[in-house]
Amino acid sequence: MKILVKGGQVVDPSQGINEIRTLYIEDGKIKSYPRGTKELEKDPSIKVIDASGKIVSPGFIDLHVHLREPGFEHKETIRTGCMAAAAGGFTSVVCMPNTNPVNDNASVTEYILLKARTAGIVNVFPVGAITKGLKGEELSEIGEMWEAGCIAISDDGRPVMNSRVMRHAMEYAKAFGLPVISHAEDLNLSSGGVMNDGFTSTMLGLRGIPNASEEVMVARDITLAELTKTHLHIAHVSTAGAVRLIKDAKKRGVKVTAEATPHHFTLTDKSVLSYDTNAKVNPPIRSKEDMEGIREGIREGVIDIIATDHAPHTEDEKKVEFDLAPFGISGLETALPLALKLVEDGVLTLTELIRKLTINPAQIIKSDRGTVKLGAPADVVIFDPNKVIKVDRDKFRSKGKNTPFHGWQLSGQVLYTIVGGHIVFPT
Amino acid sequence: MVFEQKHILGLEELSSDEIRLILDTAESMKEVSERDVKKVPALKGVTVVNLFFEPSTRTRASFEIAEKRLSADVLNFTPTESSVVKGETLLDTARNLEAMGASVIVIRHAMSGAPWLLSRELSSSIVNAGDGFHEHPSQALLDLFTVREVKKEISGLKIVIVGDVSHSRVARSNIWGFIKLGAEVRVVGPPTMIPRDIEKVDVRVYYDIEDALEGVDVVMMLRLQKERQESGLLPSLREYSRFYGLTRERLRLAKEDVIVMHPGPINRGVELSSEVADDVHSVILDQVSNGIAVRMAMLYLVASSGGNA
Repeated sequence: MKILVKGGQVVDPSQGINEIRTLYIEDGKIKSYPRGTKELEKDPSIKVIDASGKIVSPGFIDLHVHLREPGFEHKETIRTGCMAAAAGGFTSVVCMPNTNPVNDNASVTEYILLKARTAGIVNVFPVGAITKGLKGEELSEIGEMWEAGCIAISDDGRPVMNSRVMRHAMEYAKAFGLPVISHAEDLNLSSGGVMNDGFTSTMLGLRGIPNASEEVMVARDITLAELTKTHLHIAHVSTAGAVRLIKDAKKRGVKVTAEATPHHFTLTDKSVLSYDTNAKVNPPIRSKEDMEGIREGIREGVIDIIATDHAPHTEDEKKVEFDLAPFGISGLETALPLALKLVEDGVLTLTELIRKLTINPAQIIKSDRGTVKLGAPADVVIFDPNKVIKVDRDKFRSKGKNTPFHGWQLSGQVLYTIVGGHIVFPT
Repeated sequence: MVFEQKHILGLEELSSDEIRLILDTAESMKEVSERDVKKVPALKGVTVVNLFFEPSTRTRASFEIAEKRLSADVLNFTPTESSVVKGETLLDTARNLEAMGASVIVIRHAMSGAPWLLSRELSSSIVNAGDGFHEHPSQALLDLFTVREVKKEISGLKIVIVGDVSHSRVARSNIWGFIKLGAEVRVVGPPTMIPRDIEKVDVRVYYDIEDALEGVDVVMMLRLQKERQESGLLPSLREYSRFYGLTRERLRLAKEDVIVMHPGPINRGVELSSEVADDVHSVILDQVSNGIAVRMAMLYLVASSGGNA
């Protein structure tokens, strides 16, 4: 497929570009930036997209999604998850290993990649489990999973509680150059908790998860990253204290990166008042001070990337007592408009925001994507940042309709998502 | 004044006028309970289901007597004999009861917020008979009723709630109720049992029971669950009793006409000594009898409220 993306505002932080430019895509690559397009437009085999007045960016990369397959296909499949990603402007997703069976060996990795290729929508990069069965005890076959295509390791959903096991995992991962993604949670401190520990949990009579549950583990993992000199990536930062710890570690030169999710930088724990299980997520949505701390971390660059922690569940699973509902928010299809609020609120410039959605995540997983430089894989998103939309969960491509943002009025609409030179959205 | 609430889920949602209306209505209901024939036809033809997912003797019995005195058709439904054990969801269970004609559902559930879920999804009136650590409105209303009966006026009183406030729905509902009616509320207990940021609702927090008892009109003791020791919140019941148990000596620090309350069941010798439980200051048994009148008022008001008209 040949595509001419004409006259859009190209924002590519990897090259420092923010100007009106035309992209020509051929053979799945960014072929050229043509000046005159008259000749090309005459060629009927070239699809012409008029992007004038729109933003043209490298396709977004989501470093944190749950595609649920294998094992939980009623919540999401690799195919529906990839469709949701494409609709959200994501051309690559990094999927977590807490499937059934767990992605703790090369055959599960291969299965995921095969399903992703068959779906043929967006690029899928699997994360291998740190420990067998996510039990936190014995290391998985990390080398073989790396050979099969895993780009990081994590026990996401669960922490590795045993510090010695975490130390060895970090040391071992170095041999393959894999970053270690930490789901920072001290299970003893969070035990039984279902929401943020604070005034709202006191009022609702729900068990709280204190900020310390995250911060204790962030501090531990930073210390272990210093010891092992391994790249540590902190998933879904939810507290202002964790931001301070990461900031301090970065200052000391520790190799640590961090992500924040749209729900953590948009909502406060008041969103669970009236026991709304669609706002039940782990780590929990925290206080206003924490939300502001995360925004400040995003502004200062302590938080390197924006990731969704897309965690689809069925409506039946969520329509139960708050204590019984599973944790998670379906996030792929609301990420861009929520992230654009950071620009609207003056936290980031559009270029800085796109950096956190493209080249920064690409660098963490050592991918050649996240850029529209000449010769790069043609992963591109075209969006209108000013188009006002109303979030409608019933229109989600994801099977997970579990969003606390249903009915919200936001700005920002994805118009085209192009992966490897193919238009995958709209279909 | 007309009662507009379709449900009674908690005291947080009720206005002070609505609370007073319930208490005033309970006074007429108490008069019914003192007649020879303790029955009125107010809820004739109305089916009330007591849906109790947690074992409870007194609350359920009290609701059942209240319903029968109002001539309602009563169905008791408990999970051990129901399909919950077969994996049916709370909503499906409740929808089935509604399909059988229940128009008021009285629910007790171990998980906070369960009555809210029903109120959003069903068309019946929901009366919360205690949810998790969240609220226990009928208990707080009967406590308010009992205090008002003895002290005439709640506004201006000093009340102290003693014990495991963190895990107490009785405490939360009473805090809302007493604050709304103008009392000064104190809580005292070991710091492991005082919930985060509770002082933000204008409650004074104490860790020393003797300081907290100074000059109070009402002492409300909470039941201490023995499993709190296993979960590491307490070293031993013995130590708890030494530092937070109510004794006759400690009670002298309160006002002379202080009253002592307890939602029951009492752990004699743990949260309060036997001599205090049986003391002239104790109104524990009055609480129990008033419970019926208050629950009659609650059921009567929701069944005939604007929300159900």
